[in-house]
Amino acid sequence: MALLSVRDLQVDFTTRNGRVTAVNKISFDVESGKITAIIGESGSGKSVACYSLLGLLPSPPASVECGTALFEGRDLLAMSEAQLREIRGRDIAMIFQDPMTCLNPYMTVGDQLVEPLVYHGKVSKAVARERALELLGEVGMREPAATIDQYPHQFSGGMRQRVMIAMALINEPKLLIADEPTTALDVTIQAQILKLVAELQHKRNIGVIFISHDLSVVADIADEIVVMEKGQLVERGDRAAIFERAQHPYTRKLLDAIPAGSKAVSSEARDDLITVSHLCTWFGQGRGREPLRAVDDVSFTIQRGEVLGLVGESGSGKSTIGRSLLRLVPITSGEVLFDGTDVTALEGVALKQMRRRMQMIFQDPYASLNPRMSVYDALAEPLLLHGIESRKTVEQGVLKLMDDVGLARAFVRKYPHEFSGGQRQRIAIGRALATRPEFVVADEPVSALDVTIQAQILDLMLELGREYGLTMLFVSHDLAVVRHIADRILVLYKGKVVEQGTGEALFERPQQEYTRQLLQSIPGRLLLA
Amino acid sequence: MWRFVGGRLLQAIPVILAVITVTFFLVRIAPGGPFDSEKAVIPEVKAALEAQYRLDLPLGQQYLAYLSDLARGELGPSFKYPGRSVNELIAAGLPATAELGAYALLVAVLLGGLAGVFASLKPNSAQDYIPMSVAMIGICMPTFLLGPLLVLVFGIHLEWLPVSGWGDMPGDKILPSLTLGAAYAAYIARLSRAGMLEVMSQDYIRTARAKGLPEWQVVTRHALRGGLIPVVAFLGPAFAGLLAGSFVVETIFQIPGLGRFYVQAAFNRDYTMILGTTVFLSTLIVLFNLLSDILAAWLNPRLRAQYGEA
Repeated sequence: MALLSVRDLQVDFTTRNGRVTAVNKISFDVESGKITAIIGESGSGKSVACYSLLGLLPSPPASVECGTALFEGRDLLAMSEAQLREIRGRDIAMIFQDPMTCLNPYMTVGDQLVEPLVYHGKVSKAVARERALELLGEVGMREPAATIDQYPHQFSGGMRQRVMIAMALINEPKLLIADEPTTALDVTIQAQILKLVAELQHKRNIGVIFISHDLSVVADIADEIVVMEKGQLVERGDRAAIFERAQHPYTRKLLDAIPAGSKAVSSEARDDLITVSHLCTWFGQGRGREPLRAVDDVSFTIQRGEVLGLVGESGSGKSTIGRSLLRLVPITSGEVLFDGTDVTALEGVALKQMRRRMQMIFQDPYASLNPRMSVYDALAEPLLLHGIESRKTVEQGVLKLMDDVGLARAFVRKYPHEFSGGQRQRIAIGRALATRPEFVVADEPVSALDVTIQAQILDLMLELGREYGLTMLFVSHDLAVVRHIADRILVLYKGKVVEQGTGEALFERPQQEYTRQLLQSIPGRLLLA
Repeated sequence: MWRFVGGRLLQAIPVILAVITVTFFLVRIAPGGPFDSEKAVIPEVKAALEAQYRLDLPLGQQYLAYLSDLARGELGPSFKYPGRSVNELIAAGLPATAELGAYALLVAVLLGGLAGVFASLKPNSAQDYIPMSVAMIGICMPTFLLGPLLVLVFGIHLEWLPVSGWGDMPGDKILPSLTLGAAYAAYIARLSRAGMLEVMSQDYIRTARAKGLPEWQVVTRHALRGGLIPVVAFLGPAFAGLLAGSFVVETIFQIPGLGRFYVQAAFNRDYTMILGTTVFLSTLIVLFNLLSDILAAWLNPRLRAQYGEA
């Protein structure tokens, strides 16, 4: 018998516009010792389905309309809150997406860790603490004894996720629900966490539900895969069946969205638009403290019309390079030539004129758009500010931009919150292109997006790059994404360039150990190669 | 930590100096003087009085003399209570005012905090609307109306509590404390409700629920601390406000506190008394703000680390 057997689960939400069915009669099983992956885009109902099993959805607005979920023969959906509470955190534990916000910032890691054990296991705090120390070691925390009394903000994202995993495992649950546990992490950290989850699951022989928007993430670890679209279960099967013989067009769309292959290298000789020599950007100097060398003696060139990819982990200085080129952070030393002009020496009006020729697209389209400006205002502002359009012609200019980035003209009076993440990133791209720049820095423009949306935005950027004759610096932690879009790739580690070359060269013949490590971190590389 | 406290104390000096300067010149610009009265005073007597209190000196010299006295902790002699210094008068009025302020703060924190947390547990229900409506009334209701109302109901009608006095009869401190604390309780109720609502929507609350903790533990262990930080940050300004605003309550309930001296001093043009109480109260305000900032930072490990380094 399956550990968990879900049948005909339906979850509805009551909204102002009537009832919406978020999960529509889905059925799946989870076996002990196996990983069942639930895959789908944002809004497909994959998280809602799992939260409803544990009664973690706010009700109202959510309500479980019908279905059964037999966990060891008992129906979770028919249990009272008190009965469910006994199971939550003891028999079924959860890991969440964002380890930054999922740990209580006001409690030490140790206090949070022992909580489920003290509450469910009815053991003393001292005993629980011993167990917590053991587990912290097992999930790969260095020096558990020294870190157990620290607060979450003192840890990196990857370390916090390890704490979350230890917290979930402390009661030795039979079922673990992992909701996008690696989406907020760098590729290298993601690889470590995936490996850890698979190892721990194997060792303890527990069942796992692994929720993700990205098929490639589960390619190496999933036994069973369930694909969801708009609340419906569209396909389920074992790993091989999904990756090799996908039946449903939506599953194939998800597979196609995984960035793969290098961009064709164009051979035409072009002049250098940007020459960076010995760029250093250091932070926090003074008072005799050692400065943080975010960018440390970096030199490179970008040819006109080229897309240069910049790859590295968090803290490698890749975003700082982009910001330094645009003079958004003070440069410590070095020279940045843009079309023959030294950008580092520009001030006042000359700098403003230069900025019109260089633009930036940010990672988070939620945060970088002003929520109180309509799309029209957001796009019209740069057009008017830089005198590209007059008051009379600005409407035409805005509509042209809407067409270019693939947004319907009818949306022009709407506000950012009315758009999806992908649409917002289109607005951000439109705003960056409004000043007709020659050079664009794209800082992780697709990291916050679902895989399918990510593929659309990458295609849009490539297309617009050609149309506008753009030169681009594309910053990302994800080698597979960069390989898809960039002509040449720079690998960055601790503020220094460790390797550079075309995507093909780097993937086929990596020279440096660090590059090899990055390549090995790409999820599903064996299965998808 | 000490660096942070020291820095804040240093910042306070120019603030207090500015308060002294503005008050010093304002009271002298205001028409009338301490020795003007309906009765005609013999010019020689008035001149002698003014000489005694240094009022015959040029304004600049008066100001410098006052500052040098202040540096020695001397607030000067009172003009209207001959033979008593401002230091003595403040020392006489402070205990009652401080006690009243402390009780009022207690009322505000307990009543307000409980009401706010209670309301936040079931937002947009009767459990939320009723305490929040009462709080709204509390904010709108002026003390000079609430005080007599309470006296009318509990003192005269029900005869449960004394109607005035301070420490003369058992229970006579209850009504003044309630009257003074009510408005602040209402503010704190709204602050703690908003703080709790924000924290209860955080991801780590979901984590706590996923651990299987019962709801009361989720609230007390995980939500309360973060939710009440805004309240703690408000305590400093609130206590200072209570001290400064206690005049009305002191008058209604016949309490021999600082507030009454302060206002009488203003009517009497008792320059040194006005200045003395202003300096004293502004120093208290600065200190209590600092105290609540430190407390709020100490509750937040992130800030604690920052100040610890600095």
